[in-house]
Amino acid sequence: MSASPDRGGRAADFFAGRAFVLIRRRLAQALPVVLLILVGNFVLLKLAPGDAVDAYIATVGGGDIGVVSRLRAEYGLDQPAIVQLGLYLWKAIRLDLGQAVLYGQPVLTLILERLPNTLLLMLSAVSLAFGLGVALGVAAARRAGRPEDTAIVTLGLIVYATPGFWLGLMLIVIFSVKLAWLPLSGIETIASTLTGWERVLDIARHLVLPTLSLALVYVAIYMRLMRAGMLEVYGLDFIRTAKAKGLTDDRIAYRHVLPNAILPMVTMLGLQFGTLLGGSVVIESVFSIPGIGRLAFESVVSRDLNTLLGIVFMSALLVITVNLIVDLLYAQLDPRIESA
Amino acid sequence: MAPRLTRRTVLHGALGAAGSSLIPWHAYAQGKRGGVLMVAADSEPPHWNGAIVASNGVFFVSSKVLEPLADQAFGGSGVRPVLATAWTPSADGRSLTFQLRSGVKWHDGRDFSSADVAFSAMEVWKKLQNFGRVVFKDLEAVETPNATTAIFRFSKPIPSQLIVNALPALSTVLPKHLYENTDIAQPSHPANQKPVGTGPYTFAEQKRGEFVRLERNPSYWAPNQPLVDRILYRKMADKGAVAAAHESGELHLSCFSAVSTADAIRLGKVKGLQVSTKGYEGILYTATVEINHRRKELADVRVRRALRHAIDPKFLLDTVFQGFGAIATGPIPASGAPFYTTDVAQYAFDPARAEALLDEAGYKKGTDGMRFALKLLPAPFFEQTRLTGDYLRQALRRIGIDAQIEANDAPGHIAKVYKDHAFDLAVAALVYRNDPAISTTVLYRSGTPAGVPFANQYGYADPEMDKLIDQAASEISDADRAKLYVAFQKKVMTDLPILPLVDFPFLSVVSDKVVNHHNNPRWPVSSWADVSLA
Repeated sequence: MSASPDRGGRAADFFAGRAFVLIRRRLAQALPVVLLILVGNFVLLKLAPGDAVDAYIATVGGGDIGVVSRLRAEYGLDQPAIVQLGLYLWKAIRLDLGQAVLYGQPVLTLILERLPNTLLLMLSAVSLAFGLGVALGVAAARRAGRPEDTAIVTLGLIVYATPGFWLGLMLIVIFSVKLAWLPLSGIETIASTLTGWERVLDIARHLVLPTLSLALVYVAIYMRLMRAGMLEVYGLDFIRTAKAKGLTDDRIAYRHVLPNAILPMVTMLGLQFGTLLGGSVVIESVFSIPGIGRLAFESVVSRDLNTLLGIVFMSALLVITVNLIVDLLYAQLDPRIESA
Repeated sequence: MAPRLTRRTVLHGALGAAGSSLIPWHAYAQGKRGGVLMVAADSEPPHWNGAIVASNGVFFVSSKVLEPLADQAFGGSGVRPVLATAWTPSADGRSLTFQLRSGVKWHDGRDFSSADVAFSAMEVWKKLQNFGRVVFKDLEAVETPNATTAIFRFSKPIPSQLIVNALPALSTVLPKHLYENTDIAQPSHPANQKPVGTGPYTFAEQKRGEFVRLERNPSYWAPNQPLVDRILYRKMADKGAVAAAHESGELHLSCFSAVSTADAIRLGKVKGLQVSTKGYEGILYTATVEINHRRKELADVRVRRALRHAIDPKFLLDTVFQGFGAIATGPIPASGAPFYTTDVAQYAFDPARAEALLDEAGYKKGTDGMRFALKLLPAPFFEQTRLTGDYLRQALRRIGIDAQIEANDAPGHIAKVYKDHAFDLAVAALVYRNDPAISTTVLYRSGTPAGVPFANQYGYADPEMDKLIDQAASEISDADRAKLYVAFQKKVMTDLPILPLVDFPFLSVVSDKVVNHHNNPRWPVSSWADVSLA
């Protein structure tokens, strides 16, 4: 297939053409990866002792043998593993997400119900972490070696070393239990009749604590990365030139150093997005937020291949998309990098 | 503008009402109308059909929507009428006549009648329910001469005492018009997802992973009940978060030890909260060591006795259970009158005796001080069983048995112990349900097919034991039944096929605002029709 546009070779078209090639190549690379993930998923879940019906017995605390064997037959769990794998892949190829084995709900509904919660939580956490991380990193780098720098770096280390669930519980104890400022769990007031801005405000209030406990760990990562990047650029020749020209410290920091140091941050952001989409089982559990992380965890614990398949598909799709965007962004940020 | 009903405004309203009143809370015992009861839910079963499986996780919600023929009560005969108002056994023990309550309606407006009871008994309890399959196995037919009479006919004489004792957990009635000619046991059956019952609350809405909402049934058959407008079960996966929610006042109630024992003790001292173990008498659990008799060492009764001598249940009770519970003397807990007896073999905590028994059985200590190694699988469902596993490892090490703990998640544990028998020892919490023939004797009777959970998957087969169990299950005289179960308990404690250690209730944490709580022996799984909020 020819990718060259027949309309004039303007930059935008050129870029679109390049992007198209990139997307095509990425998709071709993604297919075997997705297949590998699917098979891996299946094998791992099969290697774990117990199947979906055992999980059913465990959650209801018992089960009649007749009912149990009928359920097993219905879910195809009595078939040989290779047949089950075939059926599983066939469903994947047809993009048939099917029913969550034991939730009695279509997988798509389950995922669509929970995805917004996870995205909301993750986007707010990452934005906060990125913003705060850049600010602190810049501040630390500009004062490298001085007490302020040491303070920021130490604080970052402490936060980084703090387990998220503990941080979450402490925030709950302080802000919800003792001070009663913020609601302590859920994504919104449950079974409420709020609409419009009142609902938005309600969700925002519920998001504060989980966002904080999730973001603080990432703040430390971004801060260290930003600081290191800044210091590296500060040592380069063109900065010496800039200083020699008599530019102000602020101008050097924000116009010359920062843009050149931000690239690793974008890489990190892209890498982390994959992890973020998986949600955070721990934070979602502590704050009782129905998100993708807990759904994935529960589908593993309940040996629910259908739900897991759905989540893997969705995640793969999103990760591929995000990585693509990051690559395109690279080209914008640093013209030396070709988006291919 | 639509009235805004949020949890906070409701709670503040309730607080204000309580604060402004000088009347002590028990003056409200008849109950004030209104309010939203906030309850923590730690598990989320795949369906809410309490008729196909006797499960406390399902009952916790479904018992407010679907009702049994009768439920347990403190005092009196121990059983109080619900959908049945009276029951009379025939002299020959081959039939049992139920008088049913009249004027009861299903939540969809249809009339409840004896046809629903007949359908539930014949098509659901007998055919699909884990314990009903045993208890109702000789049920031949249910006759319905009129809408309020159901006559249960059995193919041979059966103890009416057993049937009556089984009513609370095994007699949930389903609406025939919604289940007839459908796949009743399928979890995704619409009525299993959104049950329609006769109970005090209607099932309004469920958001998986978030909450279940029940609403007051305005046309409930009991006058002036229920009192609470709405029950919200909020799914909370983290025990620490449940404790915090209690402290902040966002929750009124959590049951089945939804907080850790340590947190429960702390919360019990917080003003406005109390901890209850009352209300679990009818659903007591027994922490039990399950033993795989397929291991030749464990098939030897001397080794099993040695295990029992090596364990100090008092220490377990004081540490793992923090004093909540009692040392188990046998397979039936002390609350299991009229069957319970203490006249059984006792095993003192005596590691020296244990070692002597092991030596006698021919398992001498090796050079490393160990006699043999065992695989120990603590059930992952409860904090108590996991910790008991930790204790067991230590205790058995002292007598030269190297018990290696193998931790599995829930389906893994179920498959390994009850299906594949890939264990040597396991720690379980097994429920006693009001009569030994319901969920207790299945642990000792041989012949259970592999895959039936919480039953004899231990490879233990003793003809004398089987005979005792079968005799008791068909003995129609109450007095003789009790005698047979005394013999059963003696036999269990002499043979020690498995080791019952500690009988324990779960813990509830409840706000002082809740009125009429924990007032029957299986309160968390009862209808809560009389509960109100002060």
